[in-house]
Amino acid sequence: MLELRDIHKSYEQQPLLRGISFRIAGSETVCLLGPSGSGKSTLLQIVAGLEFPESGSVLWDKVDLASTPPHLRDFGLVFQDYALFPHLDVYDNVAFGPRTKGWPPSRVAERVAEVLDLVNLNGFEHRSVTDLSGGEQQRVALARALAPQPRFLMFDEPLGALDRSLREQLLEELRAVLARTRIPSLYVTHDQDEAFAIGDRILILHEGRIFRQGTPESISADPGSAWLAEFLGLGNVIPGRMLAAHRVKTDFGTFALPCKHKHRPGEAVHVLARFRPVSRGALIRGVVRDVIFQQERYRVVLDNSLRVDLPREPRKGSRIAIQLRLECLGSDAAA
Amino acid sequence: MKQLLIACVLLLSACNARPAAPAALTVMTHDSFSISEGVLKTFETANNVTVTFVKSGDAGAALNKAILSSGSPLADVLYGVDNTFLTRALEAGIYESYASPALSGIPPEFQLDPGHFALPVDYGDVCVNYDKAYFSAHALTVPATLEDLSRPEYRGLLVTENPASSSPGLAFLLATVKHFGDPGYLGYWKDLRANGVVVVDGWETAYYTNFSGSSGRGPQPMVVSYATSPAAEVMFAESPLTDSPTASITGADTCFRQVEFVGILKGTTQPELARRFVDFMLSAGFQADVPAQMFVYPVLPGVALPSEFTKYAQVPAQPASLDPQAISAHRDDWIKAWTEAVLH
Amino acid sequence: MRGLDQRGLMRAAWPAWLRRVVIWFLPLAFLAVFFFLPLVRILAFGLDLGAVSPGNLRIAFETLGFTIFQATASTLLTFLLGIPAAILFARYTFPGKSLLRAITALPFMLPTVVVAAGFSALLGPRGWLNLTLERLLGLPTPPILFTGTLGAILVAHVFYNTTIVIRLVGGALAALDPRLGQAASSLGASSRVTWWRVTVPLLRPALLAAALLVFLFDFTSFGVILLLGGPSFATLEVQIYVQALQMLDLPLAALLSLIQLLCTVAFSFLYTRLTARVRIQTAPRSLEVNTGRSWTLRQRWFVGSMVPALTAFFVLPLLALPLRSISRLDADRGERGYVRATLTTDYYSELFVNRRDSVFYVPPATAARNSLIYAMATVVLSLVMGFPAASALARPGRLERFLDPILILPLGASAVTLGLGFILAFGRWLASPWMVPIAHTLVALPFVIRTLQPALATVPQRLRQAAAALGASPFRVWQTVDFPILRRAVLSAAGFAFTISLGEFGATLVLSRPDYPTIPVAIYRFLAQPGGLNYGQAMAMATLLMVLTTAGILLIEKVRLPGMTEF
Repeated sequence: MLELRDIHKSYEQQPLLRGISFRIAGSETVCLLGPSGSGKSTLLQIVAGLEFPESGSVLWDKVDLASTPPHLRDFGLVFQDYALFPHLDVYDNVAFGPRTKGWPPSRVAERVAEVLDLVNLNGFEHRSVTDLSGGEQQRVALARALAPQPRFLMFDEPLGALDRSLREQLLEELRAVLARTRIPSLYVTHDQDEAFAIGDRILILHEGRIFRQGTPESISADPGSAWLAEFLGLGNVIPGRMLAAHRVKTDFGTFALPCKHKHRPGEAVHVLARFRPVSRGALIRGVVRDVIFQQERYRVVLDNSLRVDLPREPRKGSRIAIQLRLECLGSDAAA
Repeated sequence: MKQLLIACVLLLSACNARPAAPAALTVMTHDSFSISEGVLKTFETANNVTVTFVKSGDAGAALNKAILSSGSPLADVLYGVDNTFLTRALEAGIYESYASPALSGIPPEFQLDPGHFALPVDYGDVCVNYDKAYFSAHALTVPATLEDLSRPEYRGLLVTENPASSSPGLAFLLATVKHFGDPGYLGYWKDLRANGVVVVDGWETAYYTNFSGSSGRGPQPMVVSYATSPAAEVMFAESPLTDSPTASITGADTCFRQVEFVGILKGTTQPELARRFVDFMLSAGFQADVPAQMFVYPVLPGVALPSEFTKYAQVPAQPASLDPQAISAHRDDWIKAWTEAVLH
Repeated sequence: MRGLDQRGLMRAAWPAWLRRVVIWFLPLAFLAVFFFLPLVRILAFGLDLGAVSPGNLRIAFETLGFTIFQATASTLLTFLLGIPAAILFARYTFPGKSLLRAITALPFMLPTVVVAAGFSALLGPRGWLNLTLERLLGLPTPPILFTGTLGAILVAHVFYNTTIVIRLVGGALAALDPRLGQAASSLGASSRVTWWRVTVPLLRPALLAAALLVFLFDFTSFGVILLLGGPSFATLEVQIYVQALQMLDLPLAALLSLIQLLCTVAFSFLYTRLTARVRIQTAPRSLEVNTGRSWTLRQRWFVGSMVPALTAFFVLPLLALPLRSISRLDADRGERGYVRATLTTDYYSELFVNRRDSVFYVPPATAARNSLIYAMATVVLSLVMGFPAASALARPGRLERFLDPILILPLGASAVTLGLGFILAFGRWLASPWMVPIAHTLVALPFVIRTLQPALATVPQRLRQAAAALGASPFRVWQTVDFPILRRAVLSAAGFAFTISLGEFGATLVLSRPDYPTIPVAIYRFLAQPGGLNYGQAMAMATLLMVLTTAGILLIEKVRLPGMTEF
């Protein structure tokens, strides 16, 4: 079990990480999601032992790893730019870890065949890694990280350099591999689709802290913050003002909304209006200004700048009325 | 790229192009050559000529370059071949004969080439110099003869140069050949070696790194250098001196006399100007410039010397000298035998 | 730059063979005229079967044996210091880094006489280290024997050539993606295993290039052997000098030159074979990595010991020169431990006085200007020749594999012999001031090519294709893709050419025309005559050269363009 306790780290005199604590247990895949520059990669480096925290500790099975150098941590690492050894072929790249562990050649060969099979790269053994496509290179990188049977895996934006369709395909393969190997892992990304697809649990990193954590479903269902709802792209984030208990006034009307926290009357709050219309919700009217085709739906931009998803294409300039589900997001400022 | 190449060629040729007037004369010298601006100017204006000097390394290198380019010479006049290289230069036939009228004023002892292919310009004596302060501080008598140098009280006190790579080193070797004969000099050198003589490759190292009497303040109080070095020490002192910190040992055969020659290179396109330049080098004007510029003595008698020369430089009464032909015939063997005896 | 633009256009329109001809024309024509022609002339002139006697062969092979031995030992020692130094400069930031790196390049530019004087002042029999030890330990004789030993030769070679390793290997190391090392360590490789199994194989081209260049410099060593080794040591080059210019035995000198040349050919072919197998494309490294990182105890210890060690090794021998250039010593001499020194600026003011009214007097500013002009011309010439050659070598075909070792030959050929060949080939043209940068370029070219080639090979083909696919013209591709990656290499190559020229390598090739004396020439002039003032002025001039070149190197670092990585 991996545990981080109160990690602090600054970068160029600016605090970057301000007390990060979490645990990863069992065969869980945890996704660390945050915008660029939020310190995700630095945190990963700290876990890997390539970077040191100013305070706080990294533990594995209750043992502090502070004095364990990176190469003795037994943590696999997969990079965005693959970092394959350009002077070695596919086989030697994958065999690198098992060999440094001193495995006998027969076992190395067996293991290399096994992991190459796992990532669907049989027959690539003696190809030069520089001649491979991006997707193939990332599969080699994954195979290389898996080969020495690490007790923990880390991914640093592994799919960031790939195009969309390839990314989705690799994401599925990665899920399958992680499910089969049952190795706990920490997956760092700034892409929420990727995070939701791969993570058993999501950690949101914001302003140097774990801002939220939970399963993809729970976070999606209840973002609880205007910033997070905006960052995750869950719907329209609308500013409003509390009138009295459970009544919020917005530019689109005044609605009765259950807010989790007590808000004083007059306090500024945000309201989330999801894109997809519901059969029973708040009634919103608008003129269609623009229609963007997306798979199996149309995203409609209204003149009041709200965005909604419709199954059929409305005519531009037509006036429409829809019902949207509104949720109270509390009082933090939107991103 | 082609344009660039053409431009290069043009520039190259531009640098070589000589203006029609005044005429141009090229003089090849060794690296130690020097002349004052005023003296050169008088020659240039009197003859409406621009003189270009080309320095070609030490005397051996300059001679070799002249030999290699014989036929289509690099220069019109070559200055700097000394009596140790004289016969070699004459045998290679690089010079044109020129019996300058100025020769009449020069003592016959310097006119080592009867055919007047090479004409004497200056001479200097290579002597053992010593650090006066060392000898007085250690209450040591200054050695007077070559034999003295192999005595135990002077153990490890002498630094000399490798005759294979240094002109004063060769001169000192020749002095011992003159004094002890062949093969007697080898026995003497074996004694010197047993007495801890230090050998370095060049004069700069010997004088500035090893010699205690120079500004380098090395470990050896005796060095093979020139008889004029003590005068130079006063002229180029760090703070004004009333006496030289060094002096030369001028016993019989302890010094070897080097005479330097000038000659007109065969194939010159400017024979007339070249002759006039040779005359100029033998004239009183240039001869008087020689001591202060190059720290050697003019061959022309009666030329006034700088006061430092008369005060601090000694002229040995009986310098060693050898017949240039003998030097030419044996120098390689002597150097090889010396190397075998002293270095191996 | 325009030439490169045209080359880019040619890529699109001209057939491959014609492109190769155009690329190779300039560098090969240059070598043919200024290297092979004089070499062939002098060997044809001097070689004589009569020289192949048992006695001469004994001299030749004894000398060759020592030459190879000392060059091998020197190269190994240079790497022993150079590799940690390269790591230090490539991987760490510390105060005074730029200055220290500039100082490590200084020996390269200083005339051997001056370096020898510095070493003698430090380690010689009356050097202050010996004097201090004598006084402290009450010893009657100097405890350290330096001058005239094999040790002196080796130390001086390390002193001179470490900068080659720092620049070539350090440059490659700084360009190496640090994630590769991180990946290795995440796979269980200790830093030692990572070094040997990842870093060294990736640095192989740079390591081999540095090894070859250092080895050839040591192999052809001349001044260091004469001035610090003394007469009991002779390399082939020293032997050639003695035979050709002192003994006037041209046939033996030609025989020795031929042996030296054949050895160089053998070394370069070996080098080409060793590098031919590896062709590594690494992505240009991203910027943020590895800066401002906190250090482990071991790293602290490494930096904490390397910085003082390098400073001591490079500063102490050079320190004697500026110190001596401002101190006036007691007038009376003699072998004494204590010397009273007073401060003076006389040597500097005296530099501006033509005391003897000599035609050959040169004011220091003029000498500096001449040195700089020659250096700039060398930079331009060697880049114009080196860039096309390096870009062709970066993607080698059969022609390139054949030409590669040939381009290195000028470094290993005997400068003395080549100088004599210049006389036969060029005659009076030899005195042209243009011959100076040409001779310097002959030495600088192998360095420029070795520095540019790995960087050019690094430019990822995919990036160029991507850029070309976006409709960029060849020049745009060059400007936007190649050039940013190459900037560092170009500046580094220019730095090499600059320092080689200031150090007057290859100066023996030409006849010096006293109308354009350089700083080293002025230093030699002062040291050629006795007298404390001359000695002091030589030290003052050497100090000026050091200050000038350090400032020059630091300035080159400052013009480092935005986006350039720290090295």
